[in-house]
Amino acid sequence: MNKVTDELLRMVADFKGNFTGAYNIREDGGCAGRRSTENIKIESKQDKPGIDIRVAPGTKGEKVYIPACVTHSGVDDLVYNDFYIGEGADVVVVAGCGIHADGEEEARHNGIHRFFLEKGAKVVYEEKHVGTGKSTGHRHIDPVTEAFLAEDSSLTMDTVQISGVDTTYRRTSAKLAARAKLLVRERIMTTGVEAAKTDFTVYLEGEDSGADLVSRSVAKGRSHQEFTSRIVGTARCTGHSECDAILADHATVVATPALEAANLDASLIHEAAIGKIAGEQLMKLRTLGLTEEQAEEKIIAGFLK
Amino acid sequence: MLQLEHLAWRLPGGESILKGVDVRVPAGKLVVVTGPNGGGKTSLAKLVAGLETPTAGRILFEGEDITSLDITQRAQKGIAYAFQQPVRFKGLTVRDLLEMAAGKPLQECEVCALVGKVGLCASEYIDREVDASLSGGEAKRIEIATVLAREAKLSIFDEPEAGIDLWSFSKLVETFQELQKSHHGTLLIISHQERILSIADEIVVIADGVVREAGPREEVLPHLLQGDTMGCMCPLGKEVRHA
Repeated sequence: MNKVTDELLRMVADFKGNFTGAYNIREDGGCAGRRSTENIKIESKQDKPGIDIRVAPGTKGEKVYIPACVTHSGVDDLVYNDFYIGEGADVVVVAGCGIHADGEEEARHNGIHRFFLEKGAKVVYEEKHVGTGKSTGHRHIDPVTEAFLAEDSSLTMDTVQISGVDTTYRRTSAKLAARAKLLVRERIMTTGVEAAKTDFTVYLEGEDSGADLVSRSVAKGRSHQEFTSRIVGTARCTGHSECDAILADHATVVATPALEAANLDASLIHEAAIGKIAGEQLMKLRTLGLTEEQAEEKIIAGFLK
Repeated sequence: MLQLEHLAWRLPGGESILKGVDVRVPAGKLVVVTGPNGGGKTSLAKLVAGLETPTAGRILFEGEDITSLDITQRAQKGIAYAFQQPVRFKGLTVRDLLEMAAGKPLQECEVCALVGKVGLCASEYIDREVDASLSGGEAKRIEIATVLAREAKLSIFDEPEAGIDLWSFSKLVETFQELQKSHHGTLLIISHQERILSIADEIVVIADGVVREAGPREEVLPHLLQGDTMGCMCPLGKEVRHA
């Protein structure tokens, strides 16, 4: 593992010199370290780049780290990771991605993740994206996540992208069986001429299934963001999506929600709000002694926390 | 401590809200500004805190002309202001706001003490976001707590009673009295409440953008309670007279 990877891991995966528990570190398309545990097995795929992560039924309280790092320009990394979460397991998956580029060529990471949650399984999925370096070539991260949730299972996705990624196109889709729950918390900040696009599609197919998608974003400079969500309810279910964006400078944000109900007992809601920081919020923090710039920083940091 | 000289303020459309107000707030005193709705009380408070700029007149704070200073500069000089309508923030917690107000990290017991002073049970609120999930009364009390956290030379409270239940209001009055007795800073409270008027050292009555009466509580409050006439209704439901 090289020094750049070490630094990126500290930013995206709370790396402190080593990981406890199962892990797989991907570096520039190769494997820079791997460990399985008794309950969590990690194996390379035979037909394409990527790994299979198998969590034994009933596994509780374990974490598995699968960060990916691109450490220089000219890398175009594509990886397929499949997670098989056994019945009744309750685990945390940490899947950050860092791209460092300081040359003229582009650097890209595409992670395609599929989650198969068996009955009653619970997963918290944490994903942090960051770009570093002074490359004139662009840094791109385009994650694709597909989730299949069996009865009574739940998936919580906590995703963050704060800076340094020129373009990102995040696609997430999920199918939920009876009483399954999907909770998504997305936070994005774009600056300069960065562009971020998010696309959620959720099928609530099981009785009493539920999804809650919340995206908070800040767009500065001349950056552009697009948020698209589509929740399809074909059973008695609850669905909620919320896009809340702070706009600054000359940035642009497009929010396009869609709700589709094919059952009388489907209860689907969408909320979207786009606007600059409220003047009264700035004034309040200034009455506490902060400058306008400090107040703006605090408001944005809290909003994206 | 604070002196307002011929202070005037007009709305951008030209309507005159304050018409040459003279007010003196002595150091270490609790001064209550009262008067009918729309009389200019909140405008006066905002002018002192720097949220609005006067169209004429001067604001002197500890002898210094602060009329041209902005909100931040006035806050840094020791003026704190509790908004009448509490401001909400997505993502910022009660602890975050109180630490910003105090200008330093706070121990959990310090946060608890501040929140307790406004009648809230700290353990339930310390990590709550100051967003729409708080009721109006809860948000109002957090707003007041941010001013208490500043330990400012001059603390301004704009209708602190608004939206607060009876029990929390009693606690708040006690807190004001404690501050008054400790002589820790100067309090300027905009209020209609007789219980707050009754603990004032001095009372200023403002109506139609001018000071109608000002002086020690012992002199002004009986006029308010007796309903002496002056041509406008006082907040106690009676008429007040010219000074």
